[in-house]
Amino acid sequence: MTMEMLAPQMTSASPEIFLLAATCAVLVIDLFLSERNRVVTYLLAQLSLLGTLLFTLATTAGEPEVHFSGTFVRDAMGDVLKVFVYVITVGVLAYSRDYLQQRGLLKGEYLVLALFGSLGMMVLISAGSFVTVYLGLELMSLAIYAMVAFDRDSPVASEAAMKYFVLGAIASGMLLYGMSMLYGVTGSLSLVEIRAHIAEHGADNLVLAFGLVFVVVGVAFKLGAVPFHMWIPDVYHGAPVAVTMYVGAAPKIAAFAMAMRMLADGLQGLQPDWQQMLIILSVLSLAIGNVVAIAQTNIKRLLAYSTISHVGFLLLGILAGTSRGYASAMFYTLTYTVMAVGAFGVVVLLSRAGFEAERLDDYKGLNERSPWFAFIMLILMFSLAGVPPTVGFYAKLWVLESVVGIGATWLAVVAVAFSIIGAFYYLRIVKLMYFDRPEETAPLGASLDTRVLLSTNGLAVLALGLFPGGLMTVCTVALG
Amino acid sequence: MSNWPLLSVLIWLPIGAGVLALLAGDRWARQISLGATVITFVLSIPLFTAFDSGTARMQFEEIAPWIEAFSANYHLGVDGISMPLILLTTFTTVLVVIAGWEVVKFRLAQYFAAFLIMEGIMIGVFAALDAALFYVFWEAMLIPMFLIIGIWGGERRVYATIKFFLYTFLGSVFMLVALIYMYFHSAQALGESTFSILDFHRLPLGMTAQILIFLAFLLAFAVKVPMWPVHTWLPDAHVEAPTGGSVVLAAIMLKIGGYGFLRFSLPITPDASAELAWLVVLMSLVAVVYIGLVALVQEDMKKLIAYSSIAHMGFVTLGFFAAFYIIGQTGSWDGAVLGVEGGMVQMVSHGFISGALFLCVGVMYDRLHSRRISDYGGVVNTMPKFAAFMVLFAMANAGLPGTSGFVGEFMVILGSFKANFWFAFLAATTLILGAAYTLWLVKRVVFGEIANDGVASLQDLNRREFLVLSVLAVAVLALGLWPAPLTDVMHVTVESLLQHVAVSKL
Repeated sequence: MTMEMLAPQMTSASPEIFLLAATCAVLVIDLFLSERNRVVTYLLAQLSLLGTLLFTLATTAGEPEVHFSGTFVRDAMGDVLKVFVYVITVGVLAYSRDYLQQRGLLKGEYLVLALFGSLGMMVLISAGSFVTVYLGLELMSLAIYAMVAFDRDSPVASEAAMKYFVLGAIASGMLLYGMSMLYGVTGSLSLVEIRAHIAEHGADNLVLAFGLVFVVVGVAFKLGAVPFHMWIPDVYHGAPVAVTMYVGAAPKIAAFAMAMRMLADGLQGLQPDWQQMLIILSVLSLAIGNVVAIAQTNIKRLLAYSTISHVGFLLLGILAGTSRGYASAMFYTLTYTVMAVGAFGVVVLLSRAGFEAERLDDYKGLNERSPWFAFIMLILMFSLAGVPPTVGFYAKLWVLESVVGIGATWLAVVAVAFSIIGAFYYLRIVKLMYFDRPEETAPLGASLDTRVLLSTNGLAVLALGLFPGGLMTVCTVALG
Repeated sequence: MSNWPLLSVLIWLPIGAGVLALLAGDRWARQISLGATVITFVLSIPLFTAFDSGTARMQFEEIAPWIEAFSANYHLGVDGISMPLILLTTFTTVLVVIAGWEVVKFRLAQYFAAFLIMEGIMIGVFAALDAALFYVFWEAMLIPMFLIIGIWGGERRVYATIKFFLYTFLGSVFMLVALIYMYFHSAQALGESTFSILDFHRLPLGMTAQILIFLAFLLAFAVKVPMWPVHTWLPDAHVEAPTGGSVVLAAIMLKIGGYGFLRFSLPITPDASAELAWLVVLMSLVAVVYIGLVALVQEDMKKLIAYSSIAHMGFVTLGFFAAFYIIGQTGSWDGAVLGVEGGMVQMVSHGFISGALFLCVGVMYDRLHSRRISDYGGVVNTMPKFAAFMVLFAMANAGLPGTSGFVGEFMVILGSFKANFWFAFLAATTLILGAAYTLWLVKRVVFGEIANDGVASLQDLNRREFLVLSVLAVAVLALGLWPAPLTDVMHVTVESLLQHVAVSKL
């Protein structure tokens, strides 16, 4: 292969290549830094992400490009999703710096793992074949398993990581099994070729359907849809908040991309089949997520079940199977990650060395301790509940619109019925913050950058709610 | 004047002032709020004076693209139905701010900001001509009210406010699904997807779709009005809310439900409305009679007024839906117009009267911290000025001729006579029941011997309270003696609405 042929491929993959190189550099540089200068690693990690962002923007794809023998796709959807992955990761690292430092956990490895995780997500987002899907997925997952266990002295964290790892391994196995069946039928790992094969030979094939089931299981596990949600509450609860924030936000984007690449693109011909499966997953997630969240007393667990219910909504957009539906699911994913990071940001804000603000009771009377951050949390909670004028409402509106659009009005009715139940537990947090008296009056110890970041995050949710048009257009164009 | 985005100013000025009040803190919040609400009220007067009552078209229209992905527009405008309600909103909020001046003891800035923001949102609900925009305002309204009841409310405030929120949320999400359905349907039927309410009005819909959409709307609006049997949140919310919250709830928020019927249910689903008019009429009559009886046995003053509100709002919905019987049986327009206009007048009048009564209870509560009727008695001996107002508003609530309460009820009863004798008969029982529960309330609270030391120590109205109540008294009497300015502005709109409704969409 000559240099001329290689150049466009390299340009196209330059963000991934840059991030890989930068991560390795950070890893090495970190070895030579003393504990006092750990902040340098942190800054380098942030710079790496910033550089990756610049590379991505500089090489933005106009038309979809396929490289490396069809394993790597560069398109507008991927670019938008990647940009959000960077932004979320930068945000998570910024939120977690103080938090980790106070607990003596700010180590180079943590940052490097976060970078590797992001790299895995990027690969997954750009995947054009089952090989790259699996590669990206495992790179992401392994990094996150280690991050969950990062506080190694904490038995809860270790337990969570172990559970996550074992269940994740099973899910990966299922996914691989499904892929192997699809390969057996179609003779190819490339998503484009699989799609062409199904279009040519028809979808009426038992092995194909079997393979599909296992692929859907893999996707559902990564998204955390019921009944493959068991890991979510434990992992969210067990991991340090900074990690929970990362696990709760960025991988959702990657999982959405995974669903899009495999189901919407590769297995498009089987759409009637996976649509049925996703309907079941979605309704179950909405039901279990919203109902079980009511019983929680720990905010991390509560947000975990809330995630599950949001996944239910997100799946509604995907199962619609129209480009508007995909765009709505993408909008939902992106806005959800912004809200989730904000909500965990409040947990970080209220926690300090030796104290984790995990119990719901820790939020009592927040309005008296800090009216501003109580207001931010209020916006985030109403946004998660889907009350206008916050962005969460438009996300729900659009998803509902796409299911009504395919004539499944009953699904929309089910979804809104469960979102009323869901509203209750978000309201309960607002109630604790505004209507109850504080249990403790210690001033908030968070640093300036956490405060600024959280304020921006909350106001972004409000601003996107008043002017949702821009991001909606981006999503529509990206999937146009 | 015509180039001025007046409605936008009315919406965003109070919201902006609310944010300002939050930033300014407790020291200046009251002054900012009073200034902002007075300016908003003054600015809203041109809506009335420059209003062309000779046309049913939307006036003061503003339109700008908002969310292109949904072809939703920032589309505002008023007609003869919404304009009076906007004025009611701006008027009432001024009084609420004055009424809360010294009464609210903690977190002043948040209290006044919540009311200011809510004022803007409520005006937005009345002015929105785009269904997506309408829905955003409609739901956003819940947030400040949720906080008002929850933070400054009484003992069981948490229960009441969560019940309030969930009930209303439950009602409205199904409306959302209906709106989305019509958005899709408009693409096939009208050639373009749209959320414009005026386009929805001319959207052809089959009978099944109409019935389902009508039921979704009914759930949303019936909860808001509230109609029997989904009224149970109101007594709780009213009792626990601070005085200002009760006033806004009774005077404005309940009207939003009634307004919804006129703006959505009747014109969008005329055939389903005609088909199911019996249901709404039945619910209204139950509200009038049964809830009237329930009001009779209340021991808590606020609860009594809350139940009376439900009964009075029953009149509103009765007037709106009796129109179908009138058109169906007599083909007469006049009777139908009379019924709908009566409902509208009743809404405005109830806004004044219920607001005034809640303020009266608030005046007493601020002094003795009790709402129980049995804790009072002989108030007239120590608070003669107050007693005079209380009696006046009670009479108005009972529908005494010469007060605004009479006009609306009379028009509705007259209208329903043309529909069915029994409607009118049952509706007219309110004249007895209403008189019974309000006058008995007055008798027990205001008249008689001084009941206890608490009552003996009462101070009469201060200047601030006197001002608020006398403004409302003037409004109640003015509307009662000369309702023409109000009925004139809405007449053409109501007529054209009924003409539209009479044309089947099938």
